[in-house]
Amino acid sequence: MRKSLLVVSLVLGLVVAAAAQNGTILLNAAGATFPYPIYSKWFDVYHNAHPNVQINYQSIGSGGGIRQLQAGTVDFGASDGPMSDEQLSQSKFKILHFPTVLGAVVPTYNIAGVSGELNFTQKALAGIYLGTITKWDDAEIAKANPGVKLPNADIVVVHRSDGSGTTYIWTDFLAKVSDDWKNKVGKAAASVNWPVGLGGKGNEGVTGLVKQTPNAIGYIELIYAVQNNIPYGKVQNAAGNFVKADLPGVTAAAAADAKNIPEDFRVSITNAAGPKVYPIASFTWLLIPAQIQDAAKREAIKDFLKWMLTEGQKYNEGLTYAQLPKDVIARETKAISLIQ
Amino acid sequence: MSAAATTIAHEVPPQAGPRAFLRRLRSGDEIAHLITLTFSALILLITSMLVYELWVNSHLSRVKFGWMFFWTRVWDPNFDNFGAAPFIYGTLVTSAVALCLAVPLGLASAIFLSELAPRKVSDVISFLIDLLAAVPSVIYGLLGIFIVVPLMRTTIGPALIHTLGNVPYIGALFHGPNYGVGFLTAGIVLAIMVVPFIISVSREVLLTVPREQREAALAMGATRWESTWKVVVPWARTGIMGSVFLALARALGETMAVTMVIGNAPSIVASLLSPGDTIASTIASQFTEASGELYLSSLIELGLVLFLITFILNGMARILIVATGRGGGRPA
Repeated sequence: MRKSLLVVSLVLGLVVAAAAQNGTILLNAAGATFPYPIYSKWFDVYHNAHPNVQINYQSIGSGGGIRQLQAGTVDFGASDGPMSDEQLSQSKFKILHFPTVLGAVVPTYNIAGVSGELNFTQKALAGIYLGTITKWDDAEIAKANPGVKLPNADIVVVHRSDGSGTTYIWTDFLAKVSDDWKNKVGKAAASVNWPVGLGGKGNEGVTGLVKQTPNAIGYIELIYAVQNNIPYGKVQNAAGNFVKADLPGVTAAAAADAKNIPEDFRVSITNAAGPKVYPIASFTWLLIPAQIQDAAKREAIKDFLKWMLTEGQKYNEGLTYAQLPKDVIARETKAISLIQ
Repeated sequence: MSAAATTIAHEVPPQAGPRAFLRRLRSGDEIAHLITLTFSALILLITSMLVYELWVNSHLSRVKFGWMFFWTRVWDPNFDNFGAAPFIYGTLVTSAVALCLAVPLGLASAIFLSELAPRKVSDVISFLIDLLAAVPSVIYGLLGIFIVVPLMRTTIGPALIHTLGNVPYIGALFHGPNYGVGFLTAGIVLAIMVVPFIISVSREVLLTVPREQREAALAMGATRWESTWKVVVPWARTGIMGSVFLALARALGETMAVTMVIGNAPSIVASLLSPGDTIASTIASQFTEASGELYLSSLIELGLVLFLITFILNGMARILIVATGRGGGRPA
């Protein structure tokens, strides 16, 4: 008994020593919760292929990820919204943005007597969330849904109570399509001063409130809706078509805007032009310091980014994330050389 | 065996024997004094460091908003305008509702368990109540979402609107749209959460009331209830108040269960059926994604405000205990 214990501990010791000699590279990262499922899958698969690199990701939220990166307590960060010019100028070092996957946000609702898919015009969504459209049979909603018998009932608006990337994408869209929204509520943000409505915590909290409350409308992430079979409506895009969100439509949104994507990849692709584009979509980003002193860490991060842009993208659809468009992948591959 | 052990112990030289041990213990008074002093000083240190950290990190917000932070009704991260008023209101209202429901319930249960129930029944029930106190708050939140919220929306809410809603003055508390989530729902869930604290502590305190007190009252011709209500409960008053304030502290600081059922819409409205928000729930919801410096600083100042509220309420409790101390019972 005692002997076998000794052997085991010896072997373990040797393994640990060997690992130390090989120089296990431990990378710490923190940030967005929205891409956490795909990130943890990537980091796990990458670790199995490259046993000497271990990436430890804390999904503490985009704001926390940015703060930790700026404070230098993590090797890289992740965020659902691009860092603002102000945030970048406050950082002591240069930070690069690398889009990883795409996500979309969809409207979900619970109206007595309405079972089909509803069409939402851009004005309707903005009006409902501003509190200017208060009844389900409002002309703005009815005109997009001929043949649907909408009740003369008060709309119960549900939004996220916690700061979140989902809210960022949703408010980014509303601010783009409605000047009233932009003036009253402001630009895209993880949490805003909502003119109306109830707050639910997380996708599950919003879904719960919408399901429980008659005549309610809320917004949730596409992947959450797909994974949990939650029905959702179509949204009018910039070309005027009503589009139901799906993964190809989200990739189309990014591809349509690919030419307009700036050098640093900080771009919003909500309400992008194109007939098939789903208009409430966004990239999510990894935030990487432009200069990494530790050569081993630097090479590991660069190699991971290359892997993520090729092999890694294959895992996206299995976890209901949209793939990056080819143009974006090509440009990001070039941008990796900026890390020094 | 033990007899043998004692004999042996007596035979060993005095230096290592029980006498030496006793002597060391006697001088150990000093050591014990030092250790306990250090530990209680540590509590003081932790509290003051907490306040210091909150104070320093809320600097930006304190400078920008000053006292207006307490009165401003807007919480707008996009335009950097922050005020704590709706959250202070929500915190006080939900805690008040919780105590209004939990204190009578808890005190009555504690009296039953300590005075009337057979000892065995009392012990079994108390054990179960102590278990309740250990249930994580997210479980109470789920209980709220799946049971209390639907019940409020379909049954209790409409019933309140149609009965109490028509009574002058009180009516203002029960009107308007009824979503099922709101101040009252949060208060009810909080009441369920804090009642075990009140029962458990009050029962222990009531059990420590000397038997002679009860016997003296009964000998004076008091009925059993008179002896309980006029002698036993006043004697245990300080301890019962302590349990109530323990409950209040938990209600003030609760995050998860509250955020799940309150509706998270910062507002100051009379109706208890309206959605609102509390300080603790806001901090928990928004802290991780708070990006601006001023935003973060304001959230930290909210924490400072919560600390202040707890401090003031605790101070008032002390004053209340001293002020009511002359009504008989054990000298406070």
